[in-house]
Amino acid sequence: MLVKKIKCECGHINPEGTVLCEACGKPIEENQHIDGNDKKDLLNMRYEGSSRRSLTYNKSIIDKIWSFFSSVKVGVWLIIIALVASTLGTIFPQEIYIPADAVSRDPAIYYEDQFGIFGKIYYQLGLYDLYSSWWYMILIALIGISLVICSVDRFIPLRRALKTQKPKRHEAFLNRQRLYSESSDISNADKQQLIKRLKKLRYRVRSEDGHILAEKGRFSRWGPYVNHIGLIIILIAAIFRMSPLLYLEDYVWTREGELKVIPGTDGQYYIENKEFIIEMYDEDDERFKDAIARLGGQAEKNFQSNVVVYKNTDVTLPGAEPKLEKVKEGQIELNHPLKFDGYALYQAGYQQNEFSKMSFKLYEANDGDQQAIETFTIDLTKPETEYKFDNGFKVVMQKYYPDYYFDEDYGEPRSETNDPRNPAFIFKVYSPKNERPETNFVGIGQNIDPTSENKYKLGIIDFETHDVSGLSVRRDYTLPLFGLGALIFMIGVVQGMYWQHRRIWIHPKGHGVLMAGHTNKNWFGIKKDIEKMISGTNIKMVVDQQSENGKLKEENDE
Amino acid sequence: MSDLTSLSSTMLYTAFAFYSIATVIFGITVTDKNKQKKKGKMGAVAISITITGLVAQLVYFITRWIAGGHAPVSNMFEFMTSLGMGIVIAFIIIYFIYRLNVLGLFALPIALILIAYASMFPTELSPLQPSLQSPWLYIHITTVALSQGVLGISFVAGLIYLIKQTDQKKRSKKNMWLELVLFSLLACVGFILSTVTFNVLDYSATFEYPSGDRMLTVEYNLPAIAGPPDSELITEGVNDAWFEAPGWLQGSNAAKKFNTLIWSLSTGFILYGLLRLIFRKRVGAAIQPLLKNINADLVDEITYRAVAIGFPLFTLGGLIFAAIWAQIAWDRFWGWDPKEVWALVTWFFYAAFLHLRLSRGWHGEKSSWLAVIGFAIIMFNLIVVNLVISGLHSYA
Ligand code: HEM
Repeated sequence: MLVKKIKCECGHINPEGTVLCEACGKPIEENQHIDGNDKKDLLNMRYEGSSRRSLTYNKSIIDKIWSFFSSVKVGVWLIIIALVASTLGTIFPQEIYIPADAVSRDPAIYYEDQFGIFGKIYYQLGLYDLYSSWWYMILIALIGISLVICSVDRFIPLRRALKTQKPKRHEAFLNRQRLYSESSDISNADKQQLIKRLKKLRYRVRSEDGHILAEKGRFSRWGPYVNHIGLIIILIAAIFRMSPLLYLEDYVWTREGELKVIPGTDGQYYIENKEFIIEMYDEDDERFKDAIARLGGQAEKNFQSNVVVYKNTDVTLPGAEPKLEKVKEGQIELNHPLKFDGYALYQAGYQQNEFSKMSFKLYEANDGDQQAIETFTIDLTKPETEYKFDNGFKVVMQKYYPDYYFDEDYGEPRSETNDPRNPAFIFKVYSPKNERPETNFVGIGQNIDPTSENKYKLGIIDFETHDVSGLSVRRDYTLPLFGLGALIFMIGVVQGMYWQHRRIWIHPKGHGVLMAGHTNKNWFGIKKDIEKMISGTNIKMVVDQQSENGKLKEENDE
Repeated sequence: MSDLTSLSSTMLYTAFAFYSIATVIFGITVTDKNKQKKKGKMGAVAISITITGLVAQLVYFITRWIAGGHAPVSNMFEFMTSLGMGIVIAFIIIYFIYRLNVLGLFALPIALILIAYASMFPTELSPLQPSLQSPWLYIHITTVALSQGVLGISFVAGLIYLIKQTDQKKRSKKNMWLELVLFSLLACVGFILSTVTFNVLDYSATFEYPSGDRMLTVEYNLPAIAGPPDSELITEGVNDAWFEAPGWLQGSNAAKKFNTLIWSLSTGFILYGLLRLIFRKRVGAAIQPLLKNINADLVDEITYRAVAIGFPLFTLGGLIFAAIWAQIAWDRFWGWDPKEVWALVTWFFYAAFLHLRLSRGWHGEKSSWLAVIGFAIIMFNLIVVNLVISGLHSYA
């Protein structure tokens, strides 16, 4: 491609589309419209009048796409759309936050039931799972694309312009800066004083034929580019996180005393739950008793699972008895996950007082003392179906409802979950005398004889309980990448916001000097610098030409 | 221990008093005409009193920390007072850069309103629930409070700019919106006034209402204008509700909150009406003459500078520290919980502000409106999201 070049009167050759000569800053006549300088008195200094691809080429489709995405206006629109879209997802709870005690956790039912017609619309629009919807992801991706193109479009020419700039500037460059003054009859001593002061204020001072450029904080101009790199890294990390190789999430419920393989580890790791503990705050504690009373007399202090993690050293044979080796023993609390070999276990839930064993007695229905004929115990973690006794009796567990409730709609008993929280049983009792077995329904506080003709009854005499810990299992190799992105973002914003790129130009003219100042932010700060630097000299304070002739034509630079 | 607790609350009152006095003195510096030197002196007095107030509030903070055994940033009362402190700290920093007295006249009342508002929530020491037991609690929340304080200063500067620059000659959309902003500040005052009044009167009315298949009760501390749907008044000798709160209001005690909102708005409206009667002009127009000698460009610059300082801090505290903590406590650094989403919305908003500011057309008035909206989003996240949209972060 033949690239047109523009030669400035100072001799510097500028690329096509340059607005202000990279070396001397002289406005290049035919390109002033690009930065909108033709319509106003002050020069647009945002990108130093450098040549940006997006504003220079506009022929091919690629040029057009490039120009579209490199517009900050488009970027801001994308951000605003993402902002508004994000708020929509907070009107009602997202699917993952449907409360456990809801009528139904099925979104098709929950939203309409809970929020009426609005809930139905919310569900139908898919807002209940907004943040993983395809269009939300596309929106975020577009922001990413815009970010990259926009940064590339500006960074390269900006860097070139800042590297090429010369202390000797064209007069038209100076007098069209926002801060400007003309002073006559300036002695050499004053000029020397100026340079000394500038150096004291930590400006880098360069001179050329008596022209002076004092500059500080140029690195802050790179802040936005650095922070955008940080953002891109975060977006890339988010993409990586979709791969199960890099990010794994799972969940395990484990009973006290149970040894169980940890899901998601391909059978490599096992967990043994030794104990689950809930601690409460002491409601008589002087400090907190008022608050605890207001909260209903109870406040939880700690949820904790004491566990041991084992590694299976012999995974060669699937189904073979695992050979376990202890890896780590410890406690898992909220805010204190247990970490081992890249995995982390979090205290995420619990279930108290599940039944582990239940003991029953068999007695004669008409025995007022309910003298036990036989007793037996069911291990609810692995219940057996038949219990035979030496005296000829036999009890068969025909149905087992671990978490019993009576379903009114169907008129029959059911189990809400598979966890033994409210066990109930249908037993058949075979006695040596009767040939036909008798049916007994036994649950907590219930003992029903459906025929009312049973000779024998069963009753619960004892039980043991255990707690269950719910632990979430995570392995996330993308975390360091997110951390890196966040760190780079922070460096970038601090660099761009807490420092500013300030420049002061001094241009000898006759016996006097022209002086101009520019900063990318914090004009108050550079004015202070200039005041300090000229105090006691004959140089006039700069005038803020933007507020001075307040009626500058509407500026529409991007 | 209880000595420490009472010392702590005394110190908060002290800070409140000092901030109030400082506000008055900053007010004098603004009205005090053309005596430049005297102005400087008064300004120095006012800022010293502000700093003394801040020291008192820091003593409150530290003693409460010691008494409770954890940083006092764990519930609505504690967080809102910290935000008030954040605004004061940010104001002091910005004051020493720009030496603009009028900023104090507006910033300190905002801090005062926040602290008073905070005190309407339960103030007793409360035990930390397990998920909050982490040093990240105070690392995250103090950074957020400070960053929002700085962003609050951009709101204050934006408000000053708007009051100064909005044309009050005839009624326009702009000055109506400005009145709305001022009214919402008055509604906060209205909330405080009505709550305090009925607290002093020891008002209480209990309602019983059905929720699903259970009967629940709720205690109103403000007379019920709107009662819970299908409710029955249990307390004797108090007036029944005028009408029932709409049934589609969700969440715990929604009707009571709705009632409080009605009280705040109506008291705010009465205050606003009184001001209009006294001044016989729009409130914005009444304040405007005070700002005659203020340099609007400088105020605009402060609006922007405060965002430039506050944005990185907010990113750090509100997103990065928050994410680190969420990763440790809840196994995920980001979970699209409403509070998190609104932090993201806030962040997007200020990012948009910074980008818009790159073009000159967005300086001055437009920037000022953006700063006002930004702070409104912060307040929305603090009040509405906590109290109405429930989630992991809801305090009350
Ligand atoms: C959520 C996403 C974004 C964030 C948080 C962000 C953040 C920032 C920040 C903090 C600055 C510094 C502003 C200043 O110095 O005043 C900045 C500058 C900039 N951003 Fe973004 N940005 C985002 C998206 C975008 C997008 C999508 C674009 C592309 C259109 C973009 C283009 C720019 C440009 C061109 C600058 C100005 C550099 C300059 O002129 O100094 N940004 N961004």
